[in-house]
Amino acid sequence: MTFDFKRQVVLITGAAAGLGYACAQAFAAAGAKLVITDISQEALDKAVNDLEKGGTEVLGLLNDASDSADVSAMMTAIVARFGRLDIAVNNAGTATPLQEFHEVGEAEFDRVITVNVKGVWLCMQAEIRQMLKQGGGRIVNMASATSRNTYPNAAPYVTSKFAVAGLTRTVAVDYADRDIRINAICPGNVATPLVVSLVEDLSVLSTRHAIKRLGTPEEVANGVMFLASDLSSFSTGSLLEVDGGWNAI
Amino acid sequence: MKLNNKVVLITGAGGGIGQASVRKFVSQGAKVMLADIGTEVTQQLVNELGSEHCACIAVDVAEADQVENMVRATVDRFGGIDVFVANAGVEGKIGSIMDTDVSNLDKVLAVNVRGVWLGLHYVMPVMRDGGGGSIIITSSGAGVKGSPNTAAYNTSKHAVIGLMRCAALESAQFGIRVNTVNPGAVETRMMESIEDGFAEAGAGDFRAMVEAVTPLGRYGQPEEIANMMVFLGSDDSSYCTGSVYMVDGGNAT
Repeated sequence: MTFDFKRQVVLITGAAAGLGYACAQAFAAAGAKLVITDISQEALDKAVNDLEKGGTEVLGLLNDASDSADVSAMMTAIVARFGRLDIAVNNAGTATPLQEFHEVGEAEFDRVITVNVKGVWLCMQAEIRQMLKQGGGRIVNMASATSRNTYPNAAPYVTSKFAVAGLTRTVAVDYADRDIRINAICPGNVATPLVVSLVEDLSVLSTRHAIKRLGTPEEVANGVMFLASDLSSFSTGSLLEVDGGWNAI
Repeated sequence: MKLNNKVVLITGAGGGIGQASVRKFVSQGAKVMLADIGTEVTQQLVNELGSEHCACIAVDVAEADQVENMVRATVDRFGGIDVFVANAGVEGKIGSIMDTDVSNLDKVLAVNVRGVWLGLHYVMPVMRDGGGGSIIITSSGAGVKGSPNTAAYNTSKHAVIGLMRCAALESAQFGIRVNTVNPGAVETRMMESIEDGFAEAGAGDFRAMVEAVTPLGRYGQPEEIANMMVFLGSDDSSYCTGSVYMVDGGNAT
């Protein structure tokens, strides 16, 4: 399928690296106008610069998706620059080092839940308020294969991703009658900077997937674009797996 | 075009979702073999789309020798099979378990489960020898939730999810991906038949009941299901296997 997002305004949070950046590249190639956010100014500047070199119109915002004042400012900036928001990809996320459950500190739990759950919550609220004003929109949340499956010693992350799935499904129902479609994507393991920072031996991860390899960022971006496009016009509240068969094992 | 010269075999190709899928696959450059219980509808579609892009064959998917023949004919005509859409299915009679005869269960399982198993059994070796492929089984919203008065159909659509998961695990090593697409209520002949069955059984206005519980508030169009078929059939979904893909207007939420 050839995706076409010409003249559409697409927000991707946490987009300076990893899956977020792969999505930004994919939407850029499909003609979208981009808003990308991140908490690292240096990484953000580089990402904006690289995307602009390809001729894409990009607004880069130093922004913490889990801070309500930041999210509010983000939305104001998007509307000031582009006047609307057609598609939002709530991708910003984090994880703790792998650790047995009884050893996890309260602060670690709070940090993961704040970024991965409250962040998606706040961003969806701001996005939906704008989408209601303009008469519709599409939201894709970055869930995970661990939104339906377990992973050893990753209780904070798995808990947060189960929550993203529940949030996606229930909010989708609330706005289905107002032309806002909300879905989530459930990637398996991809060798992103986050995963590489947490796992020493990536080859171990391959065995969790029936396909016996990690996914590529582009494969995840394909799924995100499918959910953001009109090809998925009858899908809302769905979880789309791009997990190499993890959930079937 | 994402499927240039890929060979696609679709069973139930004369039905609503089947026809829409044939059109989408052909529009993406694929060669398509249309299989159905008869050839009246599929031959018309072949005439319209052009015999250089597609061909049709009659098959009862519950009969092993006919399925074997269908697979061989596809390979003979187009040189292999890259995508198999196991889409043939019947809805059976509408009615409660207490009020329907077991022969209805047997018939529905024969087409919807045995038929899919046979398709996998004969197509998977072809794909293995050809270096891989993508298999898409049409399950249903009824494959993940219960629903009164459709026990045979509902059971069959749950069953193919188990079949899909096993097939995915057995064949990933050969580069074969296997998934289900689970449509909600879609504007097709089968849906009209189910609506009629509910009315005859005094089980209520099916369409009104479905629309009331579907967040998007409407039936789907066959093209909306076909879009997912093409996504899963193409290399866009190269990391997708062993999964259930709902296209149901949010019904399963």
